[in-house]
Amino acid sequence: MNSLYAARRRRNIITKALSLVATLFGLGWLVLILGTLLYEGFSGLSLRVFTEMTPPPGAAGGLLNPIIGSLILTVLAVLIGTPIGILAGTYMAEYGRHEKLTSVVRFINDILLSAPSIVVGLFIYEVMVYPMGHFSGISGAVALSVIVIPVVVRTTEDMLMLVPDTLREAGASIGLPRSLMIMRIAYRAARAGMITGVLLAIARISGETAPLLFTTLNNQFWSTNLNAPMASLPVVIFQFALSPYKDWQELAWTGALIITMTVLALSITARALSASRKQS
Amino acid sequence: MNVATATTVTAPIVAHAAVETSGLEERIVIRNLNFYYGDNRALKDISLPLYASKVTAFIGPSGCGKSTLLRVLNRMYDLYPNQRAEGEVTLDGEDILSPKQDLNLLRARIGMVFQKPTPFPMSIYENIAFGIRLYEKLSKPELDDRVEIALKRAALWNEVKDKLAANGLSLSGGQQQRLCIARTVAVRPEVILFDEPCSALDPISTAKIEELIDELKSDYTIVIVTHNMQQAARVSDFTAFMYLGELIEFDSTTKVFTAPSDRRTQDYITGRFG
Repeated sequence: MNSLYAARRRRNIITKALSLVATLFGLGWLVLILGTLLYEGFSGLSLRVFTEMTPPPGAAGGLLNPIIGSLILTVLAVLIGTPIGILAGTYMAEYGRHEKLTSVVRFINDILLSAPSIVVGLFIYEVMVYPMGHFSGISGAVALSVIVIPVVVRTTEDMLMLVPDTLREAGASIGLPRSLMIMRIAYRAARAGMITGVLLAIARISGETAPLLFTTLNNQFWSTNLNAPMASLPVVIFQFALSPYKDWQELAWTGALIITMTVLALSITARALSASRKQS
Repeated sequence: MNVATATTVTAPIVAHAAVETSGLEERIVIRNLNFYYGDNRALKDISLPLYASKVTAFIGPSGCGKSTLLRVLNRMYDLYPNQRAEGEVTLDGEDILSPKQDLNLLRARIGMVFQKPTPFPMSIYENIAFGIRLYEKLSKPELDDRVEIALKRAALWNEVKDKLAANGLSLSGGQQQRLCIARTVAVRPEVILFDEPCSALDPISTAKIEELIDELKSDYTIVIVTHNMQQAARVSDFTAFMYLGELIEFDSTTKVFTAPSDRRTQDYITGRFG
């Protein structure tokens, strides 16, 4: 065999082996984490988790108030963040595509996209919690929406940019005003991708702890008052996992399992949606 | 007809040989049109008339400006920055390059069919009804009628009448292109611009579209940009040959293809370049 070819073959085998080892090493930790989570989380999973309040140490209880709290905060954050994100993304992809403002906004948005969430928490603490004088559900929702916005801006812009210009021209060619073209044609063509973006944003905020510590804090009791501290899953997990009480730690595992499963379901939905987009 | 007489006085339009145009109505008149992409002058002093109820073909090698010229006629270039047209283009005597011109109304009067079929991401029915609803308030049965008429006009009705609710994107390429023609016709324009409408289609679909263009010309002024000289010869009444942004020759199609008066036209149609 040609010696040059043999050397190339050898290099190929070595590189392949190295990448395989690296992959297995990375995946191994993931499997370990998920395995532990499933093992510890499932053992504490019962109907009680979804029907009872967080207990004081030593008593039996569930996670009802943090689950509801997380739901309220997430829904609110999405309600605040999605319209702002979609409108900004629409401006960048449709109206202001060639404007300087768009490149500036895109740059800042990218920074915001990777900003540490604790910074967001501190910021909302400064502008909302401190002036209001107390922790509150609404400030947590606003903090989370600050995380939602850049994700939605990015996906909206990206997805609208994928809509071919010929479709815009086709719209214009029958006398469609731009606003209608965007709402009825561009959004429709980009819909699956934009929904995927919102789902990914939800996945992103559902595990956020840091921004909530500074804003919504926590509540041992049932409260849906947006003007008062509220329980949420990530913060309860944070508190319970660090506690010395066995039953609290168990509930923390269960809470972590619930969040992980929710995020997994969202990711799968998002993937399915983008797959169906590619087919059409 | 007033417009026509006015033109003969003012415009030293191109070498326009012995072709009888006295009975023809000038629907669009282009005078001394220049077009710029930024600083790049893509059209140079173009002047020509487009006659009502006739098919005019723009031919020429790639980059000669024929698509650019077409896109001036419905001001499609306005969607993009740094593109501008100078000169005069009138539709029924009204200057369409005027900044006061309402672009949406203009485009409803001058429809366009593109190179690649561009159905909207909605049902076949909606693809047609959408454009109609923009300018007319119709009852459901009236709208149904209009959709049917448009689809029949585009020779697509028999193929889609049982699946009007299906997505427009589910049709074949040739059907999609006819859907786009139906969509354009449904808005009741006066002029239809075809920008290489068959270059993405197979020969059978191409033949159907050409047949369609021939049927449509009794009611519309038609302009077609094409790379395919046989197509220009088959479907058009008048042909404009363009080269490097200039209009080299404009005449009846028969004349251009049998006895061109410019050497460059002859070289192009005999395949010596382009």
